[in-house]
Amino acid sequence: MSTAVFNPRPDQLDQDSQTHRWNYLNVGYTIKSWLLTHDHKRIAILYLISVTLFFFLGGLFAVFIRLELMTPAGDLMQSETYNKMFTMHGIMMVFFFLIPSIPAVLGNFLVPLMIGARDLAFPRLNLLSWYIYIIGGLFTFAAVLLGGVDTGWTFYTPYSSTYSNTNVILAAVGIFITGFSSILTGINFIVTIHKMRAPGLTWFRLPLFIWAHYATSLIQVLGTPVIAITILLVGLERLFHIGIFDPKLGGDPILFQHLFWFYSHPAVYIMILPSMGVISELITCFSKKKVFGYHFIAFSSVAIAVLSFLVWGHHLFTSGQSIYAGMVFSFFSMAVAIPSAIKVFNWTATLYKGSVSYQAPMLYAIGFIGLFTIGGLTGIFLATLAVDVHVHDTYFIVAHFHYIMVGGAIMGYLGGIHFWWPKITGRLYPEGWARFAALVVFVGFNLTFFPQFVLGYLGMPRRYHIYPEEFQMLNVMSSAGATILGVGYLIPLIYLFWSLRHGPIASANPWGATGLEWKTPSPPPTENFERTPVVTEEAYEYTPSREKLKESEVV
Amino acid sequence: MDKEFRFLPEQASRISGQVDLLYFFLVTVSIFFALLIFFLIYIFAMRYRRRSEDEVPREIPGLLKLELAWSIIPFGLTMIVFVWGASLYFNTYTPPDNALEIYVVGKQWMWHIQHPTGQREINTLHIPRGEAVKLTMATEDVIHSFYIPAFRIKKDVVPGRYTTMWFEAIKVGEYHLFCAEYCGTKHSQMIGTVVVMEPADYEAWLSGGNSNEPLAVSGEKKFQQLACNTCHTDKPGARGPSLVGVFGSQVQMQNGDKIVVDQNYIRESILNPKAKIVAGYQPIMPTFQGQINEADLLQIVAYIQSLSKNGNTNQ
Repeated sequence: MSTAVFNPRPDQLDQDSQTHRWNYLNVGYTIKSWLLTHDHKRIAILYLISVTLFFFLGGLFAVFIRLELMTPAGDLMQSETYNKMFTMHGIMMVFFFLIPSIPAVLGNFLVPLMIGARDLAFPRLNLLSWYIYIIGGLFTFAAVLLGGVDTGWTFYTPYSSTYSNTNVILAAVGIFITGFSSILTGINFIVTIHKMRAPGLTWFRLPLFIWAHYATSLIQVLGTPVIAITILLVGLERLFHIGIFDPKLGGDPILFQHLFWFYSHPAVYIMILPSMGVISELITCFSKKKVFGYHFIAFSSVAIAVLSFLVWGHHLFTSGQSIYAGMVFSFFSMAVAIPSAIKVFNWTATLYKGSVSYQAPMLYAIGFIGLFTIGGLTGIFLATLAVDVHVHDTYFIVAHFHYIMVGGAIMGYLGGIHFWWPKITGRLYPEGWARFAALVVFVGFNLTFFPQFVLGYLGMPRRYHIYPEEFQMLNVMSSAGATILGVGYLIPLIYLFWSLRHGPIASANPWGATGLEWKTPSPPPTENFERTPVVTEEAYEYTPSREKLKESEVV
Repeated sequence: MDKEFRFLPEQASRISGQVDLLYFFLVTVSIFFALLIFFLIYIFAMRYRRRSEDEVPREIPGLLKLELAWSIIPFGLTMIVFVWGASLYFNTYTPPDNALEIYVVGKQWMWHIQHPTGQREINTLHIPRGEAVKLTMATEDVIHSFYIPAFRIKKDVVPGRYTTMWFEAIKVGEYHLFCAEYCGTKHSQMIGTVVVMEPADYEAWLSGGNSNEPLAVSGEKKFQQLACNTCHTDKPGARGPSLVGVFGSQVQMQNGDKIVVDQNYIRESILNPKAKIVAGYQPIMPTFQGQINEADLLQIVAYIQSLSKNGNTNQ
């Protein structure tokens, strides 16, 4: 029970342990205590390790892509290999890093802590979701080892269903399986947020991180089954030649694009919404100020979740879709920009008359706002019919979605990892190195992806192994930037590892942040809270009322 | 294709300038908002940086007027862009009636182009300056996309149907032709050149080289080879409907629907004849699926189109 006083079971004691206090990390050191844990915090760690592996694996493919594109000729690898590189980069990053990253790591760790619960509603389901993720990952990893896949992460038919001679089925099965882990996490969050909030924690007292995860979970639960169905249909066509997408078998290739983007466009919001939740926490904490326009930020997350299901057709403007359908999708794609703009303006306004400090998480948060603003604004270009006809399937798109997914989602993820690192590990990371790395990531990112906007408008198509010479200069700039970006990602990997043993011990609330997760020790005990907390104030009460100030003076 | 650094491809079609104008508008609005955000963050970050650990900022919960302002103004701006982009797209969607028709077949990994006068080219497209050109496009295999950056236009070429695009080149020169939709191993080599010529030079190019028979004539030969003409005759009581003057006209179907005969309908009627039956005829036509490739099919389509253009009644 969440009210139980913490009392470790004797069989969980470790003889060598010298710590006096029990927490979720030192209650057991056996492999079994990790692999069969029901503790949402330990499962978050399992996810942290696995998504980090996939991130660096996906990054490795990016290294080869950028190396190849240094020169216009295809001199480093064969076209077939290059095509596999960008396919595997996309699959690894989208399905095995970006989608699970913040929800499954930070969300898993923080949702119960932030709402004052002992665990998620379904701890076993939570563990199951990690196993499903790993099994899906193994299938996809097997597809890589057995020769790779070359369809692009979008699996467009009839190329994927009939023409490609690579391990499409194996990779697709991996993605199919992993989707279920996403669905289970979503269900778990929705139920937990509905049923397990601490006394006094009303909906409008919830941290915005929770609102963002709630909206994300809705998309995961409603959208993911569609990609599962779509992948299944591709598999049926490929294995049994049932005509669904290939016109030679009586199918319709555009149907695939509708089904695919019906999930995959909302999936973009699965990647960015949790990051937006993180940013709301960081901006308030490092301004020591209540968030500006709480309700607007909260409802904009829900608005994004709803509108995200109405915009998929903007991926089909050049596919021969009806021009009237194109107009409807163009309109909704414009509309979905507004809730994002509302968030950006409110975060900026939160800084106004705040007490702003610049620890590494805040640098990531400010970096996020800058990069997400550029990513969002260029999204309007793509929603604009006449402009999209020119830039569709060029590097303009590549630049745009990297600004959202890397500039947005990963900046938020790294900011969050740094912010909650003391809570997760009980150790502080080295601040100087962290600020330096945040700066390196920001500079490297812009140098990598900004030139690609220009490349795209000049007309360089995406997924080109060999390209005309006049595009070389911009590609070299991009590759140079990618080198810096790569270093920027490796530095945190090193010092975060280092801090596990050598970092200063973290207090319960090193940032002076509000929020229930900071009211329990770092790292938290397995039960999260010794007593179920009772919430009596709004979120982000950084400014104590006069009475409370007086009380604290008396104390 | 000069080497100097530039931010725009050449403006070589009638709509290039219009698309670029809209693009510049978007760039300007984007720079304004991006700079506004960056500037505000910079000012706030400097002005309100934490000076002591125990300072307590005043609480500002929000301001409805501001929220409305920064919701409604951006929404209004996006609506301007939406209407502008949609109307430009809509107004340039339908080709003019007198457009020069050229037929394109994409296959892994090349573009095969047939001119109405019979010239055929691989990965090169010669067109006259100042004349509307309509491409009717088919693919033998996967999805490709016909993309001419200098014309600011692309269109996917989708298996199982014809897609069309049109443009009017305004500047003589050679421009990139790219396949924009990933189509397999040599996707990045499925490229070519669009050669825009002065109309006189274009005429010379058409008449030069080996003499070609017009596409409609080749189509007519295929039509006879496949014995289409045994049923589709003008004679009363023929087993199939006459095709003279049928292209572009409205035809009554057996199920009561009325259909305007276009290229996609002709294509469907050849490959899947039982899909739509003309009123008064029996569904007896065999399918030609698998017996004819896309390039030859386009010749027959061109032939049937020609039967409407010049009132030809040679059956």
